[in-house]
Amino acid sequence: MSVATPRTQKGVLSRVRLTRKERRNLGVGLLFVSPWIVGFLAFLVYPIYYTLRISFTKYSGFGEPAWIGLDNYRALLSDDLFWTSLYNTLYYTALAVPLGAVVAMGLALAMNQPVPEVPIYRAILYLPAILPLFALSFIFLILMDPTKGIFNQILIHLGLPNVNWFGNPKWSKLALVFLAQFGAGQVALIFLAGLKGIPVTLYEAAMLDGAGAWNRFRNITIPMMTPVILYDLILGLSLGLQVFTQAYVITQGGPADSTRFYVMYLYDNAFRYGKMGYASALAWVLFVITFVLAMLIFRWSQRWVHYETT
Amino acid sequence: MARERPMTSAPAVQAADPPAITAGRWLWVSKHLQRQVVPRIVLALVCALYLLPFYWMVATALKTNQELVAYPPTMWPDTLAWSNFSDAVDYIPFWRYLRNTSIITVLTIVGSVVSNPLIAYGFSRIDWPGRDKIFYVVLATVFIPFPVLIVALFDIFATIPRPMWSNGGIELGGNWINTYLPLVVPMFFGNAFWIFLMRQFFMRIPFEISDAARIDGASEFRIFYQIVLPQALPAIGVISIFAGLYAWNDFLGPLIYLQDETKYTLAIGLTFFKAQREIQFSLLMAASTLVVLPVVALFLLFQRAFVEGISLGSVK
Repeated sequence: MSVATPRTQKGVLSRVRLTRKERRNLGVGLLFVSPWIVGFLAFLVYPIYYTLRISFTKYSGFGEPAWIGLDNYRALLSDDLFWTSLYNTLYYTALAVPLGAVVAMGLALAMNQPVPEVPIYRAILYLPAILPLFALSFIFLILMDPTKGIFNQILIHLGLPNVNWFGNPKWSKLALVFLAQFGAGQVALIFLAGLKGIPVTLYEAAMLDGAGAWNRFRNITIPMMTPVILYDLILGLSLGLQVFTQAYVITQGGPADSTRFYVMYLYDNAFRYGKMGYASALAWVLFVITFVLAMLIFRWSQRWVHYETT
Repeated sequence: MARERPMTSAPAVQAADPPAITAGRWLWVSKHLQRQVVPRIVLALVCALYLLPFYWMVATALKTNQELVAYPPTMWPDTLAWSNFSDAVDYIPFWRYLRNTSIITVLTIVGSVVSNPLIAYGFSRIDWPGRDKIFYVVLATVFIPFPVLIVALFDIFATIPRPMWSNGGIELGGNWINTYLPLVVPMFFGNAFWIFLMRQFFMRIPFEISDAARIDGASEFRIFYQIVLPQALPAIGVISIFAGLYAWNDFLGPLIYLQDETKYTLAIGLTFFKAQREIQFSLLMAASTLVVLPVVALFLLFQRAFVEGISLGSVK
């Protein structure tokens, strides 16, 4: 993403000596942003460092942490639940994030239709995104219940089988991926702002050239939206790897550990089993995985992101 | 920028050759269908799907126990069991949890409104060396998964003392666990999303008004407080809405830090309905309706603020 930088002189940092005005501005500027700097150090940098330190120890949360070197990380490798939860989380993220981007794009296009009552549609499509996730999860527990839910009744009417979504390991993750799509309205609004930012002249020119609707979408809309799509994919990746509340509320990891997600396993280790050291190792591994995957997406994006050149 | 029409474009030819008169009418009908009718049908279907959870929540909340077990489920309760609402409120200490949640929500809003404009001002309206590099760090923090911090944050909050009343004075003692401090205090140090949103707004306000005030000798804080901030009230409104929602909707935070049942929030309180062997489905949905209702009301009241806030906060 690019940040507009108005009124900044080029290369201020390269000059060693600052003018009096610059020194004054530096002092005042730092004073204004100081709450963020303090919060950044206290609630982000220090905890990340602290987690790393604890991850090399055996620590229950009480008493002194005992140094055990890399034992926690070694234990991870032979921990089946670690691999299961990692697999579940990657599986969920790999489905929920790309699908979420497609759904959000669909919703954004729907929200951009030139019908007069479109604000009403926009509101309806956005509303589930701001509901508390825990409440939405409770609702889905009943909505997708095989006997009490309306969702399966609709499926039956369409001639589809009655599936026990949250009771069958084969379907439980997919049901949570489906649930996640009800939050797509948030990203859809961001996409909608992007759609509105595309110059109309581009479309007009393409229509004169005889380009059809699909062609215009494929060759104008998508390329112009790629920076926003990239932002969504990376943010979605981070959020997808954090999936917790839905599973905690609806399935509590079951059935057969099919929704035991990474953060849930981390939470259990830290706050149920009192294995703070082990949980810290889990946290650091998740941190590294998130970073590596984000970097990979970013690298890959260099091949398809279209940056406007002025 | 691709504002201009490409020079290579073919000479303007109307999309279709002039059709015969009857065909022209058909063309109009099909165009009208394409533009107005088809999108409406698609939109209505998608909207119906997105309204389904609300509908089923309310329908289930109003079912009696007998009706709840009926199969296939009734689409709308035969008799409306309004008593489910009063039962749900009695089943858990609803009012206490509502009070707790409200306290956290209000303090979160206060913290966000105090900190984010101040920080965003420093990142937008004062020109200091290194500013934009540090702002990239602010943006990068958005991508850090919060759960990797929970172990450390819990342990840190478990060791720092808090101000406590004792013998009529204030002393430091105890720790932050089982208090609202870990949920509320970090809010006074800014949030990357809201800093970004606020900064976007500040950059739209003409810089000349600040320059004029500077020439008159006003201090930077006075310019912030008396000149720029009053112009940014809509953005502050947007931030308070998002901050309030964040606190109201938070699940993981209260789950970790609050241990005493009397301190729980509504988010944790709702899990009580499921903790029993028999899930109290209609009571759970009645309570969920009560939790969701303020959010829906807030949205309907401030719809424009939501949409504009997100568009403002979206990256360009």
